[in-house]
Amino acid sequence: MSHDTEEISVGEMLRRHGISRRSFIKFCTAAASAMALPPLMGPAMAAQLVNARRPSVIYLSFQECTGCLESLTRSFAPTIENLIFNIISLDYDDTLMAAAGGAADAARAKAMQENFGKYVLIVDGSVPTGADGGYCTAGGRSAVDILREASKGAAAIVCVGTCAAFGGIPLADPNPTQAWPVTAIVGDKPIINVSGCPPIPEVITGTLLQFVATGTVPDLDEHRRPKVFFGNTIHDRCYRRPFYDQGKFAKSFDDEGARNGWCLYELGCKGPTTYNACATLKWNGGTSFPIESGHGCLGCSEPGFWDKGSFYSALSTPAWGKAGEASPASVLKIAGAGAVAGGVIGVAAAGLGRLRQHRQEQPSVDNEPKGG
Amino acid sequence: MDLLSFARGTGLKVALAVFCLGVVWRILAFALLRIRRDLNEPRASVPRSLAGGVLAIGSRSWPHPEFIGRTGAGEALGYSYHLGLFVVVLLFGPHITFLGSLFGFTWPALPSSVISVISVLTFTLFLAVLFRRVTHPVLRMLSNFDDYFSWFITMLVIVTGLAATAHVGGPYETLLGLHILSFDVLLIWFPFGKLMHAFYIFPSRAINGSLLARKGAVS
Repeated sequence: MSHDTEEISVGEMLRRHGISRRSFIKFCTAAASAMALPPLMGPAMAAQLVNARRPSVIYLSFQECTGCLESLTRSFAPTIENLIFNIISLDYDDTLMAAAGGAADAARAKAMQENFGKYVLIVDGSVPTGADGGYCTAGGRSAVDILREASKGAAAIVCVGTCAAFGGIPLADPNPTQAWPVTAIVGDKPIINVSGCPPIPEVITGTLLQFVATGTVPDLDEHRRPKVFFGNTIHDRCYRRPFYDQGKFAKSFDDEGARNGWCLYELGCKGPTTYNACATLKWNGGTSFPIESGHGCLGCSEPGFWDKGSFYSALSTPAWGKAGEASPASVLKIAGAGAVAGGVIGVAAAGLGRLRQHRQEQPSVDNEPKGG
Repeated sequence: MDLLSFARGTGLKVALAVFCLGVVWRILAFALLRIRRDLNEPRASVPRSLAGGVLAIGSRSWPHPEFIGRTGAGEALGYSYHLGLFVVVLLFGPHITFLGSLFGFTWPALPSSVISVISVLTFTLFLAVLFRRVTHPVLRMLSNFDDYFSWFITMLVIVTGLAATAHVGGPYETLLGLHILSFDVLLIWFPFGKLMHAFYIFPSRAINGSLLARKGAVS
């Protein structure tokens, strides 16, 4: 962790580490490829990166499980060590840094002061606001306070993980800590959401790399996610998609269909409604992704994914939310309530109808033959 | 709450309850009415009258030979799109999963490609039905808002279903949400419009047939 970001460019840092220009261009081409950018973007990115100042990065962890940071440490393109030693200057991360307590806080304060208006703020975890922010504190200060202070001098904020981006599991009903995403607390800064539980490591590093290379916020979707990674659904790029089109669905996780790689839609796969790069970038250096391992997508990169019903109910089936899963018993309850109400109204309507019939059948006084 | 969550959650719940309420209401309001006493001497025994009712269900469901030239095409059109709807609703995999979660049991599905072909055919037949309704002078005169809205809402379910399956016209979650939402609206409209014929058609034919048989007429 260093604060020499003003003086040293990425190119200079690479030269000091003995990395050749050729190797650097190869790295940039691989990174551009991982981000699904056009082939010509590799050399262009290298040209921009080599002169780019290594930005100071402050990584704040709030109400989270550290899974996102665990994911980041498993990035292959670029690797975490390449990222934090050569491309960015990671000046504060209370999990990775050697310093702790007051020394760590001092390092954060110094980085914020020296790079005011220029540093990238990474936020991991949701921000609890209940109990005056008392559900998440560090050094005696609440997460809300720390976030508000740190966001003031940030050039951009990158929300890593679904908790920071959309509130994630802490925000799930009943949200006991009144947790919120960063966008609900900070409104005046460019915010990039890199959602996922956890996000794909290359999506985190790729987003940072793109920001460092271009100095601008990438094209974002309506949830502020980089379109380059979140532009397609997992279903769009899934290798099981042809089976969906053919109507071949696995009925259970160990049936013949599942073994033959048939579509997991009926087993609750949320791939059709989930925007992420799992099916293209995959995990563990492109080894596999959940659907390839035989399990449906949970939709973890989408807002409110924890409250959208069972992970094992197909998207086309009823989802009663808090009231539980749709079942014949629950349907009977709803239908029964409707039928009873309908029965009461129906009997009343029939009674009125009979009354009308009776009146119509009564001989009218006016029509009776006049006696005489 | 997003559109899809609403459509398959609260929206569907309300629609199911209103559907059941409306169906029971309308059936009871009809069934509990007093049948006017027929003071004429019956021309057929009670069993023959009942048999006449059953026969009428069959005979009225088929074109009368004398009028087949005039009514045959319309009836063929009607039967075709009803058949298409039944196949698509009951034999498409995701629909079976949906119905299975409601009723607790499932059955085999047809391949999606077959369903797609039948859906497009049904869609085309639906357009033909509308064309016939607006071009046929008698049908046009008999038609009111109920006929056109019932056509529209059924067509909307078909179109959104086709779009969702083919992933055309928008994000899948929006298309699926619209498809289920339009089905919710159809369920709510069902008991209060002419779609209720699904419940009335055979009992009304049977009652008419029975009454005619009692009078000695062959229906």
